[in-house]
Amino acid sequence: MEHILSWLVWLPIIGMVVITVIPRSQEDIIKKVAAFFTGVQLLFSILLWKNFDSANGSMQFMERAEWIPSFNISYILGVDGLSLPMVILTSLLCFIGVFVSWNITKAVKGYFALYLLLDTGLIGVFLALDFFLFYIFWEVVLLPMYFLIGMWGGPQREYAAIKFFLYTLFGSVLMLVGIIGLYFTCGKTFDILLLMETAPDALKNELWWGMSAIKVIWVLLFIGFAIKVPIFPFHTWLPLAHVEAPTAISVILAGVLLKLGVYGILRINYGLMPDAVWWFAGSLAFLGLINVIWGGLCALAQTDLKKLVAYSSINHMGYALLGMAAVIAAGSINGGDLKAAQAGLSGAVFQMFNHGTISAMLFILVGVIYDRAHHRDIEGFGGLANQMPIYAGITALAFFAGLGLPGLSGFISEFMCLIGAFPVFKAIVIASTIGILLNAAYFLWAFQRIFFGELNEKYSDLPEINRLELFTLIPLAVITLFFGIYPRPYLDLIKATMDVIIENVVFVANFASM
Amino acid sequence: MTNLQSLDLFWPELIITVVILTALIVDLCIEKSKSDVVGWVLVIGLLITAIAIWNQDKTTTTLFTDMIVLDPFATFFKLLIILSTLLVAVVSWQNNELDEYRKGEYFTLLGILVLGLFLMASSIDLIMVYISIEVVSIMSFILAGYLKLDTRSNEAGLKYVVYGAFSSGIMLFGLSILFGLTGSTNYFIIQKSLAGLDGSASAALVMALLMILAGFGYKISAVPFHFWTPDVYEGAPTTITAYLSVAPKAAGFAIIIRFFHQVFADGGALADAESLSMTDVPWPEIIGILAVATMTLGNLVAIQQESIKRMLAYSSVAHAGYMMLALPVLSIQTVYAIMVYLVMYLFMNLGAFFVVITVKNKTGGETFDDYRGLGWEMPFIGVVMTLFMLSLTGLPPTAGFIGKFYIFSALISGGSQYYWLAIVGGINSVISLYYYFHVVKVMFLEGERKETLVQPPEVMSGVLLATAIPVFLFGIYWNPVVNWVQNSLIFYVQTM
Repeated sequence: MEHILSWLVWLPIIGMVVITVIPRSQEDIIKKVAAFFTGVQLLFSILLWKNFDSANGSMQFMERAEWIPSFNISYILGVDGLSLPMVILTSLLCFIGVFVSWNITKAVKGYFALYLLLDTGLIGVFLALDFFLFYIFWEVVLLPMYFLIGMWGGPQREYAAIKFFLYTLFGSVLMLVGIIGLYFTCGKTFDILLLMETAPDALKNELWWGMSAIKVIWVLLFIGFAIKVPIFPFHTWLPLAHVEAPTAISVILAGVLLKLGVYGILRINYGLMPDAVWWFAGSLAFLGLINVIWGGLCALAQTDLKKLVAYSSINHMGYALLGMAAVIAAGSINGGDLKAAQAGLSGAVFQMFNHGTISAMLFILVGVIYDRAHHRDIEGFGGLANQMPIYAGITALAFFAGLGLPGLSGFISEFMCLIGAFPVFKAIVIASTIGILLNAAYFLWAFQRIFFGELNEKYSDLPEINRLELFTLIPLAVITLFFGIYPRPYLDLIKATMDVIIENVVFVANFASM
Repeated sequence: MTNLQSLDLFWPELIITVVILTALIVDLCIEKSKSDVVGWVLVIGLLITAIAIWNQDKTTTTLFTDMIVLDPFATFFKLLIILSTLLVAVVSWQNNELDEYRKGEYFTLLGILVLGLFLMASSIDLIMVYISIEVVSIMSFILAGYLKLDTRSNEAGLKYVVYGAFSSGIMLFGLSILFGLTGSTNYFIIQKSLAGLDGSASAALVMALLMILAGFGYKISAVPFHFWTPDVYEGAPTTITAYLSVAPKAAGFAIIIRFFHQVFADGGALADAESLSMTDVPWPEIIGILAVATMTLGNLVAIQQESIKRMLAYSSVAHAGYMMLALPVLSIQTVYAIMVYLVMYLFMNLGAFFVVITVKNKTGGETFDDYRGLGWEMPFIGVVMTLFMLSLTGLPPTAGFIGKFYIFSALISGGSQYYWLAIVGGINSVISLYYYFHVVKVMFLEGERKETLVQPPEVMSGVLLATAIPVFLFGIYWNPVVNWVQNSLIFYVQTM
């Protein structure tokens, strides 16, 4: 248990090194090695979860080592209730992703080597507590993603890959300026925990270009994170990248990559600049509303099933933004409604996890039908319910989870986000219910067009979903069902940390009003 | 120190002089097909020089009655120059472009170039500045035009001569005005006299500075004095292109830093320099805008290139811009950042050019078409080139990121009036991603898996590893580099 976090981060890299020494003709062994290392990683993260003290809201299993003393850069890892679910989600989806990519035939060795590198980058972002280290992991994600989309993707893959790369790098360099700005204004340190203590005071009287430094740095970091979430109007890379990526990579993109942005906002923006939360919460809620409506409308207009799922991600992340904005409900000027703040924030963090599992299911399901029919045109199917009853059943579950049907996990988290935000942002929450309607409309309509009606003759011998595909889907379906009925374990796990975040934000407000 | 005493501390340069003469004589005695031997003379000579520099007294003093200076700052650049010359010399044996020519003069000229660069890094007298720059320029003219049967190489040499002569003329004019104002060619006396000038001299001082800036700007190929760069870089033998993009540029930065830092800024930040503030010209802003123009133009034009060699030429213009970004602040941190950047830049830029040489040896071309599917056929070259492109873009975990990180840090520590430079610099690296990854795209995203793989020659693989390993390693652990730079940040300062 001593260095469990380091093991989690570096296991995939060890796997990558192992894969690079295997001859490229041994494709089967390469796949098994990838499955082994992601499997061990999943076991480690479950072990971490078992040993995690959920009553403690601060960092646990901390690791600390000097790296570049002359610039005060250290290697710091730690886990709390915000990052733990994300680590579990990442290792789960990376493990499942290996089996989703089992049918890859082109350059198997390169694919899995890059895949494991991507895995390290993702876990690293969630565990890093040194801002410099965080940035390194944040950027390490980009390169394997570029190749995975660009080499194994669909027809427009090259354009999609470079667009993704350019967009995120644009956000990253702004973030880098913000990070260095924080370093020099807050006592020359990259230690995030230390910055959480020093930054609010150090930034208070600092002016950048005649504006408060808090706001400038907030915006610089926020743009970097918003591109990943993605928040309107920075979302245009997403549909393209998600559609062109191979199935497993779409799963990782939607399931984990989008969470990096939300995680970054909660960890960095909320943690380091709590004053600015008050200034920005209204805009955040409004951006959330736009995401909900815009994502819903775009999804409704799609004829490509994968694009529909991609736009539904934009829609779903909107709820998380609304929930995050609800934190300010706990402030005394908003009536000190601590319950609403807790509901909103926990809802947002729960939504991150639920969207991770649900969208992963959706993308795997799209991949299943694409592998058989070689197209994804919603209009091109029809009557598949009789042809592929098991497939239709699981798709129904995933679609219903996506549209927020009570009894499935998506409903709980969306509902929590909305009731949390309601006391402060009444108009926005009421308006966002249009999004829920859209949500139901596009999923149900798509379901109807694909599975009901007359069977398209072309597909009268379409094979049913196979065992390997079921193996990748069932764990996710079970999680969706379980948390839909009994979300307590998850909410208990994160509660202490959520309270710390809320207290951090509210403390500043009371302090400022004094 | 008097001339005779100085010789004691002038060992490295004396060794190089002996090496040059030996190379000339050896070249006379052997036939054309064996002219590679001269390269051995140079390589061994440089290694001995490096050892001599390493073991030199760590004193800081002036030599030859205040003509040149011996200080850790100069030593740093000398070692950097030797390192790049060694790498280039080794690759020159492998460069097929040179096969038809006698290589004796080639290596000899390279030796003279090193001597000139050494003097550039250590001059503290206007006359020495001019002479050393001229030595370097004239050797570069000849080397750029070395492929006498290739019209592009001839064009490169001729263009270089015309631009070089013109800009050194302008610089000489500027230096003479400075001499007229202060009555001396010595940096430290100039500095003292400048402090005593009154406002009536400001017009002359502005003229002098602008003209000197033109000369220096030409050396590091800063906009608007960069016009020679693409044609010269494209026409010259690729080894020489690689060399020109690194060593003379490093020495150019050494001379700029020493000149502005010691003559005008008195070792402090440029913005606080008294002798500059009397001219009413916003020097930091001017240099900042030149830096932004340099990198933006370099990047935007690089996007449109068909030839990878030419693209790298424009990219090296852009990199000069990144380093110039830090000049307006010109505090000790920015000098530090520029030096760190130069170390990182040396490895990644030389490496990228070496890949171009390897590919040209194999396919005979250097356009994007020649790189199509290369990653599938020569995986080693593909991976190494991807690393260099990543590093040139400035993505972690590579040396290029660390270089940019230090430059941006220096800017941000300089105060909020410089933040915009950091943001523009960052956005420029996003632009550069597009063309650097165009190379990666044609190498990997196009083409199919091949059954038989091609390995580059062993010497080339060795040199590529020697550049690729530092690029990766310094991206993860760069303590040795910053310690070295930190210890080299000592200028000779004359107290009068």
